[in-house]
Amino acid sequence: MIPRHLLIGVAALLLLVVSMGIYLRHMRRQAGQFESSAADALPVTPPASGPTETVTLYVADDAAGALRPRAAQIPLPGGRQQRAEELLRALLRIYQQPGALHPLAPAADIRSIYLVDPGAAVIDLNAAFADQHRSGILSEQLTVNSLVETLALNVPGVNRVNILVEGKTRETLAGHADLTESFDVITVEQAGNQ
Amino acid sequence: MRWSNKNSAQYPVPSFQRKAGCWVLSTGYWVLLATVTLLSAAPAAEEKHISVYSPVAIYTLPVLDRSGREYVGLLELLEPLGRVSSQSEGQRWKLRYNAVDAEFVAGKTRAKIHGRNFDFAAPFLIENSRGLVPLASLNALLPRFLGTSANFHESARRLFVGDGGIQISFQLDASNPSRLALNFSAPVNPTISTEPGKLRMAFKRDPVVSPGSQPISFANKVITQASYSEDNGDAELDIAANEPLMANFSNDRRTIVVSAVPPATPPGIGGTQNPAAAPPAATIASGNSHRVLAVVDPAHGGDERGAALTDQLVEKDVTLGFARLLRHELETRGFAVTLLRDGDTSLTLDQRAAAANVARAGIYISLHAVSQGSGARVYTALLPVEGTNKGAFHAWNAAQAPALPVSRIVSAAIVAEMQKSEFPVHASSASLRPLNDVFMPAVAVELAPGEDGIADLTSANYQQRAASAIADAIVSVRDRLGAQQ
Repeated sequence: MIPRHLLIGVAALLLLVVSMGIYLRHMRRQAGQFESSAADALPVTPPASGPTETVTLYVADDAAGALRPRAAQIPLPGGRQQRAEELLRALLRIYQQPGALHPLAPAADIRSIYLVDPGAAVIDLNAAFADQHRSGILSEQLTVNSLVETLALNVPGVNRVNILVEGKTRETLAGHADLTESFDVITVEQAGNQ
Repeated sequence: MRWSNKNSAQYPVPSFQRKAGCWVLSTGYWVLLATVTLLSAAPAAEEKHISVYSPVAIYTLPVLDRSGREYVGLLELLEPLGRVSSQSEGQRWKLRYNAVDAEFVAGKTRAKIHGRNFDFAAPFLIENSRGLVPLASLNALLPRFLGTSANFHESARRLFVGDGGIQISFQLDASNPSRLALNFSAPVNPTISTEPGKLRMAFKRDPVVSPGSQPISFANKVITQASYSEDNGDAELDIAANEPLMANFSNDRRTIVVSAVPPATPPGIGGTQNPAAAPPAATIASGNSHRVLAVVDPAHGGDERGAALTDQLVEKDVTLGFARLLRHELETRGFAVTLLRDGDTSLTLDQRAAAANVARAGIYISLHAVSQGSGARVYTALLPVEGTNKGAFHAWNAAQAPALPVSRIVSAAIVAEMQKSEFPVHASSASLRPLNDVFMPAVAVELAPGEDGIADLTSANYQQRAASAIADAIVSVRDRLGAQQ
């Protein structure tokens, strides 16, 4: 005959083991949720604020070797500089979609746009934009024309554009398109109409 | 500040609510998608806009229709002209332009500008914190801020700030062939198009003003009338004629000479040249009595490898092989040829331009290769904002400018010859150095794969066909190229 106090002790231990098992499972679930929410909390691009507007973006098409106007609805802030940055970021998103007609690297980004002196705009690209750009005259020129024409069409008063990479002058975008000079908006538009 | 899309895990949502939420979200998504698709498929009406011409900036802005009247954003209107800021407080909207403060009230026609009352022709509006003013009040409103006169052509929505506007005068030369010279008081850059019986110049960024209220008639059998009109921010000048017309720019784009198109084009030049851009015929001695020097430049070289065409093949190697073939083709056609590099050597872009300029070459041909696309592309220079010319010396970054018309003729000839050889080929402009920096006719040819894919780029047969077509094209325009001195 097993003593009564021993039975009670074993039952209590079994209960403790089961409780610990349940508690362990609960803890593992919580840990999983924490990992998931921690991953979701990584910084993302700040959302643009302001009323949504219909704008025209000049989107490059490699196969046709030309730019195509495309209407897009994007939220645009009031200031000219922020407006210009959001415009070109909207353009980049088109190029970064799978199956884009003129693909750009996923890490490509516009660091900033400066509107200086009457009529001049400076686009500052990040290093990935240029370093991971496909090399070739057509591909590089379409990128430049697309940025210049989209900016000039939607930001009043811009008539010449300079392009920097990481805040510095770079000789070419990816071995061909010259970035050392200012682009004259009218000349670029006329070249696009050829 | 950091933005995050953190989940709200601490507020558990019952599963039926979650399902309903998902249903609402997915339905909303499809409705939104369908609306966007329908809207994008609908033909867009021409957007109304206003063009602003001032000494510091020329720009256009969208015009909004509200209660049957036309409005424009005041902040956007003043922004390119000076330092401006605005602040919205309920129904009140404050604006500061340089040192001028103004206060507006939504729905009211009276505002206070620099301490004085101003009455609008229609109520002031606020939308999304933007202050909108009626176009009808711009003539009186802008001088209050700018301290200078404003002349608003309301029916055409063209606003001239300060004195100015480009005047036009006409000068008809009735000799054979008849020519009409349009003299402008400042350089202009119209878009020129032709249609039967008419040559049209559209001035989208030039502050051209009307030469008179009535069309101008000419007592001439060919060029009969010039009529000016303006609408929706643009000006247009139509030249009516009984024969097809062409236009040439001269005098630093201050003069446009309109004349009848000659009955026949010069021999040996095909392609897509715009008659408006065609230069006067060159008067250089025929190449039969001189050996024209062609400088062939295999792009890249040395450490500068160019595009990676495959894992093993780089652009600099393809361009060198192609250049050697082109040299042979040109030499057999009577040209003197210099290769800027005949091995795997490194040259800067300035060194390449200097070598071509010092050699006083008749033509400069830069060769490139690419793995995307098919056939070939022929490029002429896309000139940047020009540096300062010093007397007889041209700005380095735009040394190509005087030769650009002939470069385009060479490009058109190459396109025509390559098409004869069944190459898919297009002509275009590119901001590609050293094309800008050479003073002789200059083109760049970018060779892309053919029907057999990337293997074509190293195929002697494929390169030979391309080189032969380029050489034939250059022979066809030999008379337009400078002879070796």
